[in-house]
Amino acid sequence: MIRLERRSEPNRLFAGITPVLAVVATMIAGGAMFAALGADPFVTIRTIFWDPLFSEQFASYSRPQLLVKAGPLILIAIGLSLGFRAGVWNIGAEGQYIMGAIAGAAVALAAYPLEAVWIFPAMILAGAIGGWAWAMIPAILRTRFNTNEILVSLLLVYVAEQVLASASTSWLRNPEGAGFPGSRNLAQYPSAANNEIIAGTGMHWGVAAAFIAVIAAYVLLSRHILGFNIRLAGQAPRAARFAGVSPNRLVLICFGASGALAGLAGLYEVAGPARQISIDFNVGYGFTAIIVAFLGRLHPVGILFAGLLMGLTYIGGELAQIMLGLPAAAIQSFQGMLLFFLLAGDVFTNFRVRFGGRVAA
Amino acid sequence: MTDLAAINPTLLVFALIVASTPILLAALGELVVERSGVLNLGVEGMMIVGAICGFAAAYESQSPLLGFAAAALGGAALSLIFAFLTQFLLSNQVATGLALTLFGLGLAAMLGQNYSGEAVPATPRLNLGPISDIPFVGRVVFGHDWVVYFSLLMAALVWAFFKYTRPGLILRAVGENHDAAHALGYPVVAIRVAAIAFGGAMAGLGGAYISLVRVPTWTEGMTAGAGWIALAIVVFGAWRSGRVVLGAYLFGGVTILQLNLQAAGVAMSPELLSASPYLITIAVLVVISADRSRAALNAPAALGRTFHASS
Repeated sequence: MIRLERRSEPNRLFAGITPVLAVVATMIAGGAMFAALGADPFVTIRTIFWDPLFSEQFASYSRPQLLVKAGPLILIAIGLSLGFRAGVWNIGAEGQYIMGAIAGAAVALAAYPLEAVWIFPAMILAGAIGGWAWAMIPAILRTRFNTNEILVSLLLVYVAEQVLASASTSWLRNPEGAGFPGSRNLAQYPSAANNEIIAGTGMHWGVAAAFIAVIAAYVLLSRHILGFNIRLAGQAPRAARFAGVSPNRLVLICFGASGALAGLAGLYEVAGPARQISIDFNVGYGFTAIIVAFLGRLHPVGILFAGLLMGLTYIGGELAQIMLGLPAAAIQSFQGMLLFFLLAGDVFTNFRVRFGGRVAA
Repeated sequence: MTDLAAINPTLLVFALIVASTPILLAALGELVVERSGVLNLGVEGMMIVGAICGFAAAYESQSPLLGFAAAALGGAALSLIFAFLTQFLLSNQVATGLALTLFGLGLAAMLGQNYSGEAVPATPRLNLGPISDIPFVGRVVFGHDWVVYFSLLMAALVWAFFKYTRPGLILRAVGENHDAAHALGYPVVAIRVAAIAFGGAMAGLGGAYISLVRVPTWTEGMTAGAGWIALAIVVFGAWRSGRVVLGAYLFGGVTILQLNLQAAGVAMSPELLSASPYLITIAVLVVISADRSRAALNAPAALGRTFHASS
């Protein structure tokens, strides 16, 4: 008989290697899935994980894309990880991402066609405030009325999508766009464009912000009392209460931080790679970032690598779609599978596996 | 132009019931799952997998009944992944439920790529001859397909299960205090796995009702948050079957009303109307949860907590 015995504290070795094992297991199970779809599993896995970086044919295009895709994922996941550590579940980052983009783009479109240095900083501020404000709705409902923040933050994603539809078809629509939905092209508006900092690398201001967020979160969690309180509240809520940590304050802080970062990610995306507000502007970064946060073990450095890996699956997935005719949804189930394996692997982190019968006490 | 007179009350109530049924089915399943102390946030994923399994099976076999059976099986199969992870590998229920939704959405889109734009045979409506011809009542009360009556029957059965049967009492005991239930010799894990599978099958049926009756066609992401609404309805219904029916029909009413208002050209932004079911669900959640003492009394005490038998 197989039994599980709780470890007195999580095994750090397993905590470290579980993500790697999960990726390997996902490649195997994903390979089987691709084989079932009629694709060669080895070619598919190579197309997703190897070709975007090292193939002579595609790498020059897809290598910069890695940072473009990973940037928003890392930025959002860093914010989410703070809450997840404290047991505060913000799963509506997708909505906060949309609202940040709308708020930031609105500032730019209000200033158009003025050229000034303050416009881009003002957009960044508006993007962060937009995401923050949207996240404050579930946070305040939680702290004031004890309403389930998981459900409210998620339901607000659908509301944000309607706001986006309204913005791109009416109040932010390009007046010179011949009636088509979608805003002006921000990439053609120099004061508002989020251009590459170093040409040809994919490194735009949002990626820089993601790196800064990683460092800031690392310092916060390891050196600052607030970071300590966040970890304490997650691991021992009662002890945290006795130590004077206000649960409500943590909810507001965690939602505020994750909302602001998700809003920033949206702003950098709309002013950069996406170029404009459009109905299908959001592509699910807010949900994938949940996987990134867990894959990175809710640790800032882990999230950095996890974000890069997930960014890679996006690019590789697109490549596999073009080259092998793999359905776009395959990569989404691939990402979901990864989270399953990761959560399953955690059993070894928290428990010891014992074989054989029960020992008499 | 606003034309409210064009809204036909018979069709309105009829459509309300059709819109409510998928959420009612999924919410009843989740109600049983949560009563056993497990929080499965994967309802949306199980619904969409049920929607495509049901659609594909009904399309291939040309039998809606087989479609619903396949949907229940598909939803239950997906929920067993969740059951295995949370009950045997003791993973975090919130994270695992989210993973189930993300995976389910991807899986369904993948399974369904060859089915968009196809049509399935209609699920037959009840025909009671002259009774079905009575104005209003004939259509609204006696004019539905069998799934609508099945969902209401299930609501009654779930209610009776918890109120009158011994297994219902044991399931509640497991949800209130799994350590005590374990000490009394009840198989906590087995009971929870069974509850999770039931929840998956019901969510699958709910999804299939969307793809086989309500729409009826297959499009990616067609459940559009219905699973999350179902989760909210369980909270709204205070984990009681009768109130869950009320909640589901209330939500269906809001959905249908806003669609009719949009069609009638009311001077309100269509986006605001489309968002209104979600906004109203949030508002209702706030009202329900604001009363702290009562909300805490109704929720199963062991909800979302991991059970690990140390001996």
